[in-house]
Amino acid sequence: MKFVIQINTSPYHSQASYMALQFAKAALKEGHEVFRIFFYHEGIFNAFRHSTPLDDELNMTQQWSALAKYYQVDLVVCISAAQRRGLLSSDESSRQGKVDNDLAEGFRISGLGQWVEGTLLADRFLVFG
Amino acid sequence: MKKYIFVLSNAAHTGTYLQETLDVILTTAAFDQSVAILLVDDAVFDLKQYQHSTELTFKDTSAIFQSLALYDVTNIYVELESMQAYGIQHSDLIMNAKIIDRSDVNSLIKQYDVVYSS
Repeated sequence: MKFVIQINTSPYHSQASYMALQFAKAALKEGHEVFRIFFYHEGIFNAFRHSTPLDDELNMTQQWSALAKYYQVDLVVCISAAQRRGLLSSDESSRQGKVDNDLAEGFRISGLGQWVEGTLLADRFLVFG
Repeated sequence: MKKYIFVLSNAAHTGTYLQETLDVILTTAAFDQSVAILLVDDAVFDLKQYQHSTELTFKDTSAIFQSLALYDVTNIYVELESMQAYGIQHSDLIMNAKIIDRSDVNSLIKQYDVVYSS
């Protein structure tokens, strides 16, 4: 089955993004496809490159990057939600006349058209948070 | 083409949440998909008359709701029991939404391919 997932909350605000990660891993291990994970609202905070929790705490950003690397999951961060909250990729920040590089490995920034495309192609669409 | 229903449960002007959800709704409609909206719980306030959002920092989402018809989004449902819980009458709403009983919500949602909870 082909899944598309949306995440709406930041990693340290609720359990939703961790639950989404666990669901994605379980589905992929069972041989399902997780076509795209779309980060929206406060969910964009999952993609911050420089989030630096203590060593004995969960680092959600690293977990997502590892998932994307291992399973080639398409991690898409909504551009308008990200810019509103100050998350800029290096090319987007230079376009805005700023110097910044906030996007962690394995994520990409795109628009809501990617959300529509994902939900059109998916068998199941799930929202976390 | 798929049929989308957006089930909203948060009140307007409590953050950018509604504005961003309306962005998803408008994008989906702009991609020529079939779009409906169901307002439950605190979201019944989204259509309340006399919102003065210009005095706040958030966008005038009630104006966006009123412009949805331009995108052929005309199926806007409001749950009756949520309205009653807050004492909101049909005449308090900014637009002619369809009032739906809670007992009919399940069969309404079943008609759609994609259910977006917000």
